[in-house]
Amino acid sequence: MSSILIIVFLPLLASIVAGLGHPAFGATVAKAITTAGLFVSCALSWPIFLAYLGGDVAGQVVPLMTWVQSGDMSFDWALRVDTLTAIMLVVITSVSALVHLYSWGYMAEDPDQPRFFAYLSLFTFAMLMLVTADNLVQMFFGWEGVGLASYLLIGFWYRKPSAGAAAIKAFVVNRVGDLGFMLGIFGTFLVFQTTSIPAILEAAPAMQGSTITFLSMRLDTMTILCLLLFVGAMGKSAQLGLHTWLPDAMEGPTPVSALIHAATMVTAGVFMLCRLSPMFEAAPAALTFVTFIGAATCIFAATVGTTQWDIKRVIAYSTCSQLGYMFFAAGVGAYGAAMFHLFTHAFFKALLFLGAGSVIHAMHHEQDMRYYGGLRKHIPLTFCAMLAGTLAITGVGIYWVHAGFAGFHSKDAILEAAFASGTGMGRFAFWVGALAALLTSFYSWRLMFLTFWGKPRWALSEHIQHAMHDAHGHHDAHGHAEHAAHNPPAQEDAGHDHSHAVPSAQQDDGTAGYHPHESPWSMLIPLVVLTVGAVFAGFMFSPFFLESESVWNGAIAYNEHLMHEMHLVPLWVKLSATIVMLIGLAVAWLAYVRDTSIPGKTAAALGPVYRFLFNKWYFDELYHAVFVKPSFALGRVFWQKGDVGGIDRFGPNGAAFVVQQGAVLARKVQSGYLTSYALVMLLGLVAVVSWVLV
Amino acid sequence: MGGFPILSLMLLVPLLGAIACLFVNERAARSIALAATAIDLVLGVILWTSFDIGGAQWQFTERADVFAGFAWALGIDGIALMLIVLSVFLMPICILASQAISKRVPEYMAAFLFMEVLMIGVFSAQDIFLFYIFFEASLIPMYLIIGIWGGDNRIYASYKFFLYTLFGSLLMLIAMLWMVNVAGTSSIPALMVYDFPVDAQFWLFLAFFASFAVKMPMWPVHTWLPDAHVQAPTAGSVILAGVLLKMGGYGFLRFSLPMFPEASAELAWLIWVLSMIAVVVTSLIALVQHDMKKLIAYSSVAHMAIVTIGLFAFNVQGLEGAMMVMLGHGLVSGALFLCVGVIYDRLHTREISRYGGLAINMPRYALFFLLFTMASVGLPGTSNFVGEFLSLAGAYQVNSWVAFVGTTGIILGAAYMLYLYRRVVFGEQKNADAAAMPDLNAREWAMLAPLAAATLWMGIYPESFLAPMRSDIAILDARLARAAPESDARLVMGTVAPAAQGGDEAPAHGTDAHGGAH
Repeated sequence: MSSILIIVFLPLLASIVAGLGHPAFGATVAKAITTAGLFVSCALSWPIFLAYLGGDVAGQVVPLMTWVQSGDMSFDWALRVDTLTAIMLVVITSVSALVHLYSWGYMAEDPDQPRFFAYLSLFTFAMLMLVTADNLVQMFFGWEGVGLASYLLIGFWYRKPSAGAAAIKAFVVNRVGDLGFMLGIFGTFLVFQTTSIPAILEAAPAMQGSTITFLSMRLDTMTILCLLLFVGAMGKSAQLGLHTWLPDAMEGPTPVSALIHAATMVTAGVFMLCRLSPMFEAAPAALTFVTFIGAATCIFAATVGTTQWDIKRVIAYSTCSQLGYMFFAAGVGAYGAAMFHLFTHAFFKALLFLGAGSVIHAMHHEQDMRYYGGLRKHIPLTFCAMLAGTLAITGVGIYWVHAGFAGFHSKDAILEAAFASGTGMGRFAFWVGALAALLTSFYSWRLMFLTFWGKPRWALSEHIQHAMHDAHGHHDAHGHAEHAAHNPPAQEDAGHDHSHAVPSAQQDDGTAGYHPHESPWSMLIPLVVLTVGAVFAGFMFSPFFLESESVWNGAIAYNEHLMHEMHLVPLWVKLSATIVMLIGLAVAWLAYVRDTSIPGKTAAALGPVYRFLFNKWYFDELYHAVFVKPSFALGRVFWQKGDVGGIDRFGPNGAAFVVQQGAVLARKVQSGYLTSYALVMLLGLVAVVSWVLV
Repeated sequence: MGGFPILSLMLLVPLLGAIACLFVNERAARSIALAATAIDLVLGVILWTSFDIGGAQWQFTERADVFAGFAWALGIDGIALMLIVLSVFLMPICILASQAISKRVPEYMAAFLFMEVLMIGVFSAQDIFLFYIFFEASLIPMYLIIGIWGGDNRIYASYKFFLYTLFGSLLMLIAMLWMVNVAGTSSIPALMVYDFPVDAQFWLFLAFFASFAVKMPMWPVHTWLPDAHVQAPTAGSVILAGVLLKMGGYGFLRFSLPMFPEASAELAWLIWVLSMIAVVVTSLIALVQHDMKKLIAYSSVAHMAIVTIGLFAFNVQGLEGAMMVMLGHGLVSGALFLCVGVIYDRLHTREISRYGGLAINMPRYALFFLLFTMASVGLPGTSNFVGEFLSLAGAYQVNSWVAFVGTTGIILGAAYMLYLYRRVVFGEQKNADAAAMPDLNAREWAMLAPLAAATLWMGIYPESFLAPMRSDIAILDARLARAAPESDARLVMGTVAPAAQGGDEAPAHGTDAHGGAH
């Protein structure tokens, strides 16, 4: 099991060497070191995973060293491996290795590549520390470590003001969640006198029914502890209320979105819930809340996803929505299904993001789908990969032969579990989940149709015009000056008077004479590998995740009863996901292939509803008005009115005034030199001491 | 080390250095200062390595009676040891950071060396009057450093500094005289185990509190700090934030808590309320600063509030956490002031808006600044996390309101520090002169690299720092046990919940602080 040491620390080592050493040995070596490191970690992870899938392998802990010992509180650095960790190991190292490889192509023209690769590897290390944690504090270390890496990678293009803002937003919103996580750890320590996860899980059932005071409220102990910890999970996994950072995180390079903001980091909350599942099982009220938040996020993000134009934002909201599925699965007690969806989602969502990256790469950094269209024939491999990803996320499969793409197996399991749980909240989650599945299908196919079907609409894209313009060798000085203003279009009919730079003869076909090229092999190989995952991961691994208690072997709370009930749900429940998928597909086809005037008409007809969705339910505006602006305003008040106008005015300045108005005699004594004050003070001290003691 | 008076030697070396500096030219003064602080650093390392963990509480003791019970008594426990090590570690870095000083260099170096004498003296004094002399005298070199080598508004700043401190110190001296009279000894170890009458403790506590609260500084007696920092030269800020503020916390640990345990518990609510207000209010103020040094100064007030929260948690985690925050903050805030100094030396402005895009022309600087920023916001793996985590965990065991409001500091801290980092390091280059600044030179590397290493060491393996203090904290914890306030959690087992009484209102139900937290 010592291979776990290599798996975890090799990425750290590679990150440090590449990050600090690249001036000495160059960018290519730095990239090679980090990429090779990840492939080694990945190669070592799969055997561990397969061994655990075999069943009945006990969890192991590799101790490293003491971290903190303070009175009764002590926690060590240690690496824990069990089934749950093993699943995360392959997800993290596989996607990370592929993303490293992909970045060779995607980031090829970036001058700062060593830094990028170092950050990617650093992220991988932190994520591995998170999933191998044996105590809550080390989990928090990984938790904050991935937050740091996410901050750095979102802000990778730090010159862009929007990237800097998005990076801060991601970190600070996550910190709101971390407030809950930290208080949860404190409370857990108060109750259990330990931060060791196995010890807590063992003691948790006995605490059921106990009560505790928190913030002067008398509450059920396990409920409040679990809720506090769940607030942490909500932050990291972008659940409703703390989700606002995730769409903005798309400011980062696309490989980052695939690795961090789809496949791994954002699933940390789900991992935490599963890791602590025996604890949550002792807190039914908390689980109900988890189910509600999961379901609400699921539908919220899906509705927003249907209206966005930016290809990455659509996928970001899709991620948020899929995380909602995972949470309500965990909320109803189907931790295996939650982990299974986490597993399949990692492959197909990474695939969709990397596919989107390939499209963006081909379209000269254009991300607005209104300027795509007809790309099927130009980038066929990317198209096939995206198609596989879409089939996987929409859950295409045939029930009777029990075979389908990855999402078919995992999403169906979640919906069945929600229905089978029999609770009111479970049923609610089922209906919401089914509706969200319809929307998932709609927005996913909308993305596909807008991007790959129809006629090219590239000519209106400023990015494409820019590309063509550069290719034409800067004849047109006026046109070039205008390109400096690089505003993404706000509306479909936004003014684009750059067309004079484009040869009019080629404008008729909408391509503006631009020829998209398929991405290089370094980018296509990861797409191919992930396509295999998106196609087969669900079919191959479904029995292990869902139906075998021996595979889990105590790593999660396994609900035998629920797993049994899942098989007994009515046929219409089992078919529901497929049915809504077909409806979503049909609607998307009608609106974006058959009659492309439908979306505009619908949006106009819905008016306020459309704007509400398009503006993401106005969460950003609300938070800005309620938290951001008042914080700055209060800061100014506390400073100018409190410190300067209050304390200083009546404190030192007031005293000075009194002194100045005082006796003239005193003024003569006051030489104004601080040294003499100090000297007088010392002399006085000696005099007083002598007088008292002698 | 047997009976070798290593502590006196550590005082003597910088003292001789200070005197020597006054008689030589600029170049020689710099060399002497660097040599003297380096020797003291070596002595500090010897002190640390030869400290017998788990041995006697007071080690390296020396005693020479001077007159009438007043004694030259030195000695340290683990707590003092760590603060002395922090002081001698920062001093050579300060000397290196003073390259830009060109006015009256010999006197400047002498002031710094004298400062070092007094700092070590404060932490090693075992006689209460000796402590007082060192404690108060340590202001003199700081007055001079701010008043002579400071910025444009240095007179106002040093005056404010003086006025605040004067207010506290007189009361403390009167209290000390009374205590020595009653207890019949001026020995600190003896006073630490002397039980003063409970009603007298109340007044004694307040008298000491006046002095230590100013020194920490606690809200609302903190307004001297931003001005002092802004006006002080870089090295002055480093010492001010790194060591002088810690004298307040050390005072609480050495005097207030062990000598007046009942009064400490009785007045804990006061400390809690002031600390909670400080965390929220000064963090919000830090958010709107335009001056880099002022921002970091306000963040210091917020961090020191975490120290007081930990100290008045009356348990091992809180006390050890408070010490770790003090040590960690000493490194990190010192490092942040050095980071400001590095670019101040190049552009001669602390105005945040004059910078921007430094990651482009100063990538190594950006990396160091990032590390210290992250340490300041308490990222796990850095020094400050260990301290903040333990302090707040300790506080939670006593009062969840205090822990909750204290922990909001991690959100606000991230907001103001990352906002600073973004404006200085991220973005496009806005000014040609800022864009032309060269990256770190060898001297600046030598200043920042040791601090970075220490920050990570303390975050990853804090045991090196916790171990020497462990038995001393345990002794203090045992002494406080009789007075420690009860936890507000009141865990009740069983399935039948007792009639919910809404919980006794925690004494620290500070509506100000709480209101500001949202």
